Amino acid sequence: MKTGIYPGCSLTGSARDYNESVFAIAEAFGLEFIQIPDWNCCGATAAHNLNKELSLALPARILAIAEKNGLDEIIVPCAACYSRLVVTQHELKKDPELKNRICEVIEMDYRGTSVILNVIEWIDKYIVPKLEEKIVKPFNYKVACYYGCLLVRPNKILNYDRVEDPQTLDVVMSKLGATAIDYPYKTECCGAGLSISRTDIVSKLSGKIIEDAEHRGADAIVVACPMCHSNLDMRRPDINKYWDTEFKIPVIFVTQAIGLAIGLSPQKVGLRRHFVEVKIS
Amino acid sequence: MARIGVFICHCGENISATVDCGKVAETIGKLKHVAYSTEYKYMCSDPGQTLIKDAIKEHKLTGVVVSACSPRMHEPTFRKACAEAGLNPFLCEMANLREHCSWVHEKNELTTQKAIDIVRTQVEKVKLNSALQPIKVPVTKTAMVIGGGIAGIQAALDIANTGHKVVMIERSPSIGGHMSQLSETFPTLDCSQCILTPRMVEVAQHPNITLYTYAEVESVEGFIGNFKVKIRKKAKSLDEKICTGCGLCTTKCPQKKIPNEFEQGMGMRPAIYVPFPQAVPNRPVIDKEHCTYYIKGKCKICEVVCPTKAIRFDQPDEILDLEIGAIVVATGFDIKHADFFPEYGYGKYKDIIDGLQFERMASASGPTSGEIRRPSDGQVPKNIVFIACAGSRDPAKGIAYCSKICCMYTAKHAMLYKHKVHEGRAHVFYMDIRSGGKNYDEFVRRAIEEDHVNYIRGRVSTVFERDGKLIVKGVDTLLGAQPVEIVADMVVLATAGVANAGAEDLAQKLHVSYDQHKFFAEAHPKLKPVETNTAGIFLAGACQNPKDIPDAVSQASGSAVKVAALFSQDMLTREPLVAVVNRYAPPMYSTCVGCFLCQSVCPYQAIEREEFKNREGKVVKTVAKINEGLCQGCGTCVALCRSKSIDLLGYSNNQVHAEVMALLNEY
Ligand SMILES: Cc1cc2nc3c(=O)[nH]c(=O)nc-3n(C[C@H](O)[C@H](O)[C@H](O)COP(=O)(O)OP(=O)(O)OC[C@H]3O[C@@H](n4cnc5c(N)ncnc54)[C@H](O)[C@@H]3O)c2cc1C
Ligand code: SF4
Ligand code: SF4
Ligand code: SF4
Ligand code: SF4
Repeated sequence: MKTGIYPGCSLTGSARDYNESVFAIAEAFGLEFIQIPDWNCCGATAAHNLNKELSLALPARILAIAEKNGLDEIIVPCAACYSRLVVTQHELKKDPELKNRICEVIEMDYRGTSVILNVIEWIDKYIVPKLEEKIVKPFNYKVACYYGCLLVRPNKILNYDRVEDPQTLDVVMSKLGATAIDYPYKTECCGAGLSISRTDIVSKLSGKIIEDAEHRGADAIVVACPMCHSNLDMRRPDINKYWDTEFKIPVIFVTQAIGLAIGLSPQKVGLRRHFVEVKIS
Repeated sequence: MARIGVFICHCGENISATVDCGKVAETIGKLKHVAYSTEYKYMCSDPGQTLIKDAIKEHKLTGVVVSACSPRMHEPTFRKACAEAGLNPFLCEMANLREHCSWVHEKNELTTQKAIDIVRTQVEKVKLNSALQPIKVPVTKTAMVIGGGIAGIQAALDIANTGHKVVMIERSPSIGGHMSQLSETFPTLDCSQCILTPRMVEVAQHPNITLYTYAEVESVEGFIGNFKVKIRKKAKSLDEKICTGCGLCTTKCPQKKIPNEFEQGMGMRPAIYVPFPQAVPNRPVIDKEHCTYYIKGKCKICEVVCPTKAIRFDQPDEILDLEIGAIVVATGFDIKHADFFPEYGYGKYKDIIDGLQFERMASASGPTSGEIRRPSDGQVPKNIVFIACAGSRDPAKGIAYCSKICCMYTAKHAMLYKHKVHEGRAHVFYMDIRSGGKNYDEFVRRAIEEDHVNYIRGRVSTVFERDGKLIVKGVDTLLGAQPVEIVADMVVLATAGVANAGAEDLAQKLHVSYDQHKFFAEAHPKLKPVETNTAGIFLAGACQNPKDIPDAVSQASGSAVKVAALFSQDMLTREPLVAVVNRYAPPMYSTCVGCFLCQSVCPYQAIEREEFKNREGKVVKTVAKINEGLCQGCGTCVALCRSKSIDLLGYSNNQVHAEVMALLNEY
């Protein structure tokens, strides 16, 4: 089994902390993966608003390269990239004519054979079975698991978890020793890409997500998407200003929580890079 | 020599808009053996029928082809007209130019040509038709009503009052159905129990009604007037004749924590129980699934305390064989529960309840004695939200239809709440208010204007709990799609009405159709709303689609009239379209070789053995013989018979062959 990883733009930029934690726990569990060579932008939210063909061609090229390199599965830690890649695979599977057209555009063969995993599926498959023996510091905190929009949507295509009240992240966190609280904001919108153009909207929406988690007594918000993380963490000063308060709750990636539980240092899993101080270790 | 008359109908413009009827009539008129061919705007109208009758007499016709709509629509009409003109009705055939041609094709030459071909097949067929005589079968004048809700009760009483016997089968321990759970009823707010219980008692006491509760239909065979039904009477584990209904056993049973179905899970009951105080019959049953004795083999406290020694732990289920003439299906409906709604917490929040739970709460005999108290902590809710169309009208949830009753009962619930909690605030989120019905809209207006219920037009996206309150997030589409957030103490979902559990299974036993939502299907959506597509089986109440009490009762009376009409005849005439095994003079007797393969495939057990004896009384040949009372004319045996000894009257091998050859041959 050859496993590849598609980092996407965030993991090499604003979410280096996420990237570091993914690689750190992979190393700790003896897992290897190959970065897809010459990867390109997945198109994110922009492409499919402008040009459908482009929005399929971009992910198709990534998948085609993965196939050419014999990668049986690809881990996609970013929820937005994950959604784009799976949607593309789905669209090309159901419409062979479209597939042929896209193949011409990318000038490559594409068969759709690689299995695409989001970060939680990867954790479930490779890390959870060996987790118990590796835990040295159970993650004894109350956590609010925040899934955001794209990890479970569009549900008809991804067919992953329960769309209105997902559970997979809660289950992983409870295996680490955490208590996942009943948290109704799990899939509410954080403001996503409006981060840059309408920071006020992000401040309002992300603020609600943070407020409810703090109100319910959570010690941390756990995420699995770099976009969510930057809105909840990097935009915290704007949020606090908008809400005229001092929200303190840290926002961590699920991979960072795993890293801490198996005894990796905060630095190793990128916790030092956060804007909101993480007093958890 | 055959003299065939052909009558081409325009069906207004339904046929003539795409088929050149004049040309069809003219072309057919030139065919050999066609003595008369004409067209007319409405053949089924009185002048149209007169046209046919006159032509039969004037042209001495030996066969008639009416080329019009589907025979399912008007075959009986035209056969009757022929009979009135002295022609055997089975010498009349229909060519379907509407459903099979004009409705499905464009106007052009080919469409007209197809119409001509369809008519030609029937002309060739009718030449080979023979005059048949209808079959008479006796009618068993006992009706079976399945389901003892208000619809079943009404149907049973109406039939019984015409003097005929009725057997009522109810699967739960008591009759009454959902109506017995309701508090007060729209649009008059009269107490449900008060108007229902007298009728329940009447059923139990009526000399013409035999009531079997805790019973289910096991199998149904036969046909209209002559059904053979097996009923499973589940063991109640007591002798009903000895039990006095004192209820002592129910108070002593150590199992006390079984969710009470009648209270929609909001109360508890013992293992030996009467579902509710006004139950009919008012005798307990032992719920074997939860009884300590049946689980662990020890207990029998009820047996010890019973003053009349009525408990029978070893009572077996009983199977009854019944002869039934007509069946009324009145098995009702069910509703979706809060756990169907992930967006409202999958049923995990105690204070989000469904409409039936609210009914029990508002009912004087309910778990809170009629006080509105939220399940989580028993507090009186100060702010209550009702969500209409929960699940209904939502194709994404697989329920595209409107449940019809919930707009009205939501208005009722909000009103009842306001009458009980004067200072409370009631909000209703709705999509549309559907209040068509006598005094219905006035009722809703009363809720809004007099009781000041706050109606908000918009959907609720999510409900969640925070600090012991329910946060209801919705939208007000009349205020320019403003998001609305209400902090509520209790939420009531007007969940979709759905088919009752087991409906599909029952429909298959009865051989009646059902729709994609597993509601029983009527024979015609407009003109046969109480009939099913199986003769002798009728529908009443919410088993067909969610409906309110007035509608359920009207339909029940409708089905009772159908049954009474059927029972007004001593003999039923059936179409003689049955199979026959040929007969010849001895020593041949029949070409049947007596393999009896047909007997094993006949779905209606209609094939018997007939022995032929010589003069000495010795059996010389045994061949198949078809019981025309049982045969349904399905034709399975005809297709199977290796020696081609069976023919279906009205659809003989020769007739079908002639139809096919008409299409292949030039004319
Ligand atoms: C919350 C709520 C409030 C309502 N309020 C009102 C109101 O105020 N006014 C109004 O007019 N209507 C109201 N209704 C509608 C009313 O309940 C129905 O119109 C009525 O119950 C329909 O009666 P039914 O006999 O057709 O079905 P049901 O009441 O469902 O009765 C069916 C019976 O058949 C039995 N049964 C089911 N399957 C079988 C089987 N296989 N074999 C044997 N027996 C079987 C069941 O046990 C049951 O006893 C309300 C409905 C709800 C859900
Ligand atoms: S104690 Fe005996 S008589 Fe009384 S209700 Fe129970 S079974 Fe019937
Ligand atoms: S045997 Fe015991 S548990 Fe069962 S019904 Fe009788 S008293 Fe109740
Ligand atoms: S009756 Fe009213 S509440 Fe019920 S489904 Fe129809 S529109 Fe919705
Ligand atoms: S046609 Fe033949 S198989 Fe069909 S019901 Fe009649 S006897 Fe039975």
